[in-house]
Amino acid sequence: MPQMHENWYSFKPATWTTQVNVRSFIKHNYTPYDGDESFLSGPTRNTLDLWLQVRDLSKAEIAAGGVLDMDTEVISTITSHGPGYLNKDMETIVGFQTDKPFKRALMPYGGIRMAEKACSDNGYKVDEKISEFFSVHRKTHNAGVFDAYTPEMRACRSSHIITGLPDAYGRGRIIGDYRRIALYGIDRLIEDKNEQKATTEKVMSEDNIRLREELSEQIRALQDLKKMAAGYGFDISQPAKNVQEAIQWTYFGYLAAVKEQNGAAMSLGRTSTFLDIYAQRDLENGVFTEEQIQEFVDHFIMKLRMVKFARTPEYNALFSGDPQWVTESIGGVGVDGRHLVTKMSYRYLHTLDNLGSSPEPNLTVLWSTQLPENFKRYCAKMSIETSSIQYENDDLMRFTHGDDYAIACCVSSMRVGKEMQFFGARANLAKCLLYAINGGVDEVSRKQVGPKYRPITSEYLDYDEVMEKYDAMMKWLAEVYVNALNIIHYMHDKYCYEKVQMALHDRDVTRWFATGIAGLSVVADSLSAIKYAKVKVIRDESGFATDYEVEGDFPKFGNDDDRVDTLAKEIVHRFMEHIRKIPTYRNGIPTTSILTITSNVVYGKATGSTPDGRKRGEAFAPGANPMHRRDTHGAVASMASVAKLPFIDAQDGISNTFSIIPGALGKEDRIFMGDLDIELDCRTGACATPTLFEGLDAE
Amino acid sequence: MNGYIHSIESFGTVDGPGLRYVVFFQGCPMRCRYCHNPDTWQPEKGDVMSAEEVMAGFRRNKSFYAKGGITVTGGEPLLQIDFLTELFRLAKAEGVHTCLDTSGITYNRGNAPYMEKLDRLMEYTDLIMLDIKHIDDEQHKKLTAHSNKNILEFVQYLDKKSIPVWVRHVVVPGVTDDPVYWQQLGRFMATVKNIKALDVLPYHTMGVKKYEELGIEYPLKDTPARDKELAVAARNTIIAAMKKARAEMI
Repeated sequence: MPQMHENWYSFKPATWTTQVNVRSFIKHNYTPYDGDESFLSGPTRNTLDLWLQVRDLSKAEIAAGGVLDMDTEVISTITSHGPGYLNKDMETIVGFQTDKPFKRALMPYGGIRMAEKACSDNGYKVDEKISEFFSVHRKTHNAGVFDAYTPEMRACRSSHIITGLPDAYGRGRIIGDYRRIALYGIDRLIEDKNEQKATTEKVMSEDNIRLREELSEQIRALQDLKKMAAGYGFDISQPAKNVQEAIQWTYFGYLAAVKEQNGAAMSLGRTSTFLDIYAQRDLENGVFTEEQIQEFVDHFIMKLRMVKFARTPEYNALFSGDPQWVTESIGGVGVDGRHLVTKMSYRYLHTLDNLGSSPEPNLTVLWSTQLPENFKRYCAKMSIETSSIQYENDDLMRFTHGDDYAIACCVSSMRVGKEMQFFGARANLAKCLLYAINGGVDEVSRKQVGPKYRPITSEYLDYDEVMEKYDAMMKWLAEVYVNALNIIHYMHDKYCYEKVQMALHDRDVTRWFATGIAGLSVVADSLSAIKYAKVKVIRDESGFATDYEVEGDFPKFGNDDDRVDTLAKEIVHRFMEHIRKIPTYRNGIPTTSILTITSNVVYGKATGSTPDGRKRGEAFAPGANPMHRRDTHGAVASMASVAKLPFIDAQDGISNTFSIIPGALGKEDRIFMGDLDIELDCRTGACATPTLFEGLDAE
Repeated sequence: MNGYIHSIESFGTVDGPGLRYVVFFQGCPMRCRYCHNPDTWQPEKGDVMSAEEVMAGFRRNKSFYAKGGITVTGGEPLLQIDFLTELFRLAKAEGVHTCLDTSGITYNRGNAPYMEKLDRLMEYTDLIMLDIKHIDDEQHKKLTAHSNKNILEFVQYLDKKSIPVWVRHVVVPGVTDDPVYWQQLGRFMATVKNIKALDVLPYHTMGVKKYEELGIEYPLKDTPARDKELAVAARNTIIAAMKKARAEMI
């Protein structure tokens, strides 16, 4: 292949021309944008018409009980369905998961029973031949996992001390580098994969055999992707030649992924600054106008909003809705010190104006103090207007992940195309504390789930005794948990491999082995109550601890009080240390997250009363949040407590859900539009803030 | 030195410029009929803290307050003037912007030892937020059980010291909603040069629950909360009167 492809005209060559390296392409070709939003274009007539059509479909879907149409006969693959359109003549970016919009695909590889139930719960029935095939002839991920689970793992699962495990549904959380398709074209990527396969080791170890089989699968997936695009009339074998093609090529890659996998989070990556390079070139050469480019972006985002999966009501209850987590990471700062905000960053956020607000795609701004002021203001403005933007700390994550990482799901960061994650749900550490007190007996089912350690029999809980037993119980939990995950990821690779997503990765990827923690603030407050107040155990006639009475006051997590905040920190660290000791599948690097953004309610329901005074069944706080109404010193103190949690032990992310009424941010809603940063510096003495009140200086 | 602290709000957005670390002092001699913090009235209650302890809490998260600072409110902070001075002295030593939210009720120019203390406090004070409850002395007495004479003198004292003041005024239906009083307030404001901003707030009933919890009868039981429009009208009238008075002075 020639050094510079003709479609790369006017791009600056660098490492990216000789090896697959999107980051190098971005570094050498992007144009940072410091201006404001005044260049943006409103929606075109076509955009408005199409969006109206989508809204009508949405209404019909809600009226139909949540699902408009389901495929029950065709097993979804990259090429399973012919092209689908809203209105072919109006759409500038095309492609649906099935042959028509709002029709949910049938994806049985994760588990046939889940696929069947998703259909039957919504009034559909999977074709009998398919049911039979996946029950008798072709094993699924789910069937594989249950062949290998131990009775202990099953018990942990049904008592909810480990919950949400991806053992019956797609694990998701993997982000293909969809940009590679636009930059290189499929042929070059296949060539690259062929070379990777040709250079594997000669010794056929189990690892090597698996790698070679996977590379073959990846190559086939890329070939299928080319066929799928051809069905829509596009030849994606070569690099994209303009911004419309670049968006379309990128979207085809993502589309192939969501045709193949019904994953718990199917995130997009970090595409905006990459695509801006094409937009900038087209603007400079008069290929497209700003209005046209915004239309492409609007249509692209519209497609992302229409990604749908067949799911059960239980799944939706766990995740509080029907989320896809099409997360797109925007902004951030490069390791060279230049910020990565481009006009395209604005165009993406502007879709919230052009199409209205929406939770999907999950537009995530990688926030840094070094972002340009105009962009900060714009983000704040859009947040106030739409409440649809998520923020993550780029200054923190850039340190470990460089400047071309993206967020999967809500907080999991990974280098695009170079790192992937084994998603691992979470362990309920609050319940684990109760197991420590009750000698491994579940407080709800009264079954012996954990090891039969000696229970605590005293009337009042003693901190040292509780901590010793809790640590032993956490060690046990970490073992069962990691080993269950080892089985899950082994089987997922075997029966439900993410072919196309992994085809858009390097061959030798870093695998993050994600675990998770639920109920952290419950545990911290419980330990604090035991340590600083007196906690009396309420027992039933058999002596089993059913409830707790707290006598006296105690420091509560969320008030920037080190006495309790260090307990939270200590628990995260200890649990993570136990996790780290256990070998992981494919040498995954263990991480943990504290991020139950929605499932905290479900976890709380399954957990008995806790020593902090929380009653049986009451919801946990989401993620790493302090317990509801226990943080009494305002938001800064509350966030300061959370910020003390060690990122080094919870690299998969720490979430703090914070909602506030606009009026609480200042005298007028507009005050918060970035003004925290730009307000007059008061230390110089000049303090009048004309936006706050009417200025009254005589002059 | 220790002070009595009612509570600390780490995310103050309406009590001075920028994001504020707001320290609520315990104790107040006023009994304003619309007070929404009756739980701060009793002196010598709440948490006993040293000025250094209060500052330590601020320092932990000081990056949040880079463009803001510390606001002391209450209660009436000037009841604990020695402690307050110590706190502001520590804050200024670290370059932190200080704002005092006061009713001015303790101002007493005839009390020389007090004035000496006040002079010292003002050395460490960047901004005063002054709540002028009512411009008319008789009405002020009805509303707060105190005269407003010394409060207005306090403004003049601050003017001489060139300490910037943000005036706050609450529009209470039936009490301070007469435009005649608004104009009177505007004319008073015209006589000094240090008033930098005016914040007119509509009366709200968010304090009612606290009265219930404290077992105190709420004095404005039958007064409805008012919307923003009345406050906007009041502000416009006050400012117009102030500008007119200034024009006449020239």
